[in-house]
Amino acid sequence: MTAKTAPDAIRITDSTLRDGSHALSHRIRVEQVQAVVTALDASGVQVIEVTHGDGLGGSSFNFGFSEVDEIDLVRSAAETAAHAKIACLLIPGIGTVDDLKAAHDAGASVVRIATHCTEADISEEHFKAAQALNLETVGFLMMSHRIGPDELARQARIMVDSGARCVYVVDSAGALTLQGTEDRVGGVAAEIGGQAQVGFHGHQNLGLGVANSVVAYGAGARQIDGCLIGLGAGAGNSPTEVLVAVFDRLGIATGIALQPILAAAEEVVRPMAIRDPFMDRGAIVQGYYGVYSSFLLHAERAAARYNVPLHKILQRAGEAGYVGGQEDMIIDVAVSMRQPAEVG
Amino acid sequence: MSKIAAAIVGSGNIGTDLMFKLQRSARLDLRWMVGIDPSSDGLRTARAHGLVTYSDGVKTLLSGPDAPQIVFEATSAAVHLANAPLYAAAGIRAVDLTPAAIGPFAVPSVTTQEVRLAPNVNMTTCGGQATIPIVAAVSRVCRVEYGEIVSSIASQSAGPGTRANIDEFTRTTARAIQRVGGAERGKAIIILNPVEPPMMMRATVFCSIPPDSSTEEVTSSITAMEATVREYVPGYRLKAAPQFDEPDSRWGGVGRVTVLIEVEGSGDYLPKYAGNLDIMTSAAVRVGEIIAEELSGEVAA
Repeated sequence: MTAKTAPDAIRITDSTLRDGSHALSHRIRVEQVQAVVTALDASGVQVIEVTHGDGLGGSSFNFGFSEVDEIDLVRSAAETAAHAKIACLLIPGIGTVDDLKAAHDAGASVVRIATHCTEADISEEHFKAAQALNLETVGFLMMSHRIGPDELARQARIMVDSGARCVYVVDSAGALTLQGTEDRVGGVAAEIGGQAQVGFHGHQNLGLGVANSVVAYGAGARQIDGCLIGLGAGAGNSPTEVLVAVFDRLGIATGIALQPILAAAEEVVRPMAIRDPFMDRGAIVQGYYGVYSSFLLHAERAAARYNVPLHKILQRAGEAGYVGGQEDMIIDVAVSMRQPAEVG
Repeated sequence: MSKIAAAIVGSGNIGTDLMFKLQRSARLDLRWMVGIDPSSDGLRTARAHGLVTYSDGVKTLLSGPDAPQIVFEATSAAVHLANAPLYAAAGIRAVDLTPAAIGPFAVPSVTTQEVRLAPNVNMTTCGGQATIPIVAAVSRVCRVEYGEIVSSIASQSAGPGTRANIDEFTRTTARAIQRVGGAERGKAIIILNPVEPPMMMRATVFCSIPPDSSTEEVTSSITAMEATVREYVPGYRLKAAPQFDEPDSRWGGVGRVTVLIEVEGSGDYLPKYAGNLDIMTSAAVRVGEIIAEELSGEVAA
């Protein structure tokens, strides 16, 4: 008779106060941060991400201005949390090492450094700086559906060699289906396993965020992202409270207690949502055509402003292959669809 | 019109593309190309086009009896930091295409007397060359409290130097938006996109404008600036008329103008999608010509 060993535990990072920033148009206030962090911390969540939706330095015309300076939000989160670590997102090209230092000084202890999935080599200076600050380092390969497992593994290797202790397969467009998730997470795990962990960040545009997270676990992921009530870009993220319930049923420890996390979702976050994350036409088109999830609200504004159908803007953005950060191109697409093509 | 003797230091992609452009200049006489590897594609191409080439860095170039009056530096920030004092000691004007940024920023359509006279000028960044003229066009007709630019380039056109120092791009460009563009605060964002076939360089300028601004005046200033930039970067164009947004409380009560830009390269040595590299070399030629005018003037006086 062999002794049964418990399956590996996972660490869930809650991104309500970062990816959820998109769904709130970056209008997050200090008292909201305090309420969410208090509830997550009491539930046993170990890592709480707090940043503008587009990462440090994201407050801008292009992405939308933060109502409250994100560094103040990070400080407030760090002061509120009794146990949880506070994480920040940094997208090189948007935020800089200076922003990272400010976040560190405000109490962040984890940094997640994100690049488009083919551009990992632009993150090296940021990983080095993060290590010098003694921050826990996580790499984020965005829009992972755009390349296959082998290329993704090569990019993950670049991040690990630069200092990442975990690399996430990030389904920014909510475009991955089950096999696609399994292949990519498996490919990355085969390359970096033993040296670094693998994570998975899902979106619900095609309704598969939670299912993909379970598949990712099976393929080797040990860090999984969620947001309370799924509050996040596009149709939202894998809901943290659903992840907790599902992994509990699967006998996989998350360290998070179910009843408190359900209360956090229902009583703390649902009342603050301007809109419930939902798989509407725009979001499904995003998943289907592989459009960066945070384009959704920008495209809604452009659709209204230029009187162009939302789903057509998003489809065009997907076909053009725009990547995260190119929110300005939504205006370009809407303007060009409104104007007849120039002659000549 | 007498021509001013010029040299290119750095025989990589930028230096080689610059060579093709400088050879067409009516004011500059490109005579030397300096590299470090005699068998490099850049130095071979330069020899084939009749240039004198050296592969020992700037040593021979600066020790000869016949020295250039202008040097275009297309190496790296570190190399330029080492070379700049040598140029200065030899009385040679330097146009710096690296991120070293020792001298004032030079954007040809917004050229100042400072740039005409400085011993060393810096070409800012590709995104800066594409967008700062537009920020300046807005700030010359109304107050720009805040100017922001987004520059998207094809991943295929981003070399290892850019990739290793992406923060340098955002910091330098933001600074130049203020100093040259005239915005009170500046922000720059750079995005690399790997799509195939490679995307043309795109840039977007967002400027805050006061609620009472005249959209006609802002538009005509921007359109005039587009024409000025096109004189030295033929592939530079606005993709649409400037877009105006009403004042918004989320922006602190200011309005906004958005300018959508595309830069198609001339395809001299680099592919046409690499408008980001083309605008740097094209602008550098123009800055060199402005300095040549100044130098010729001194000679005439």
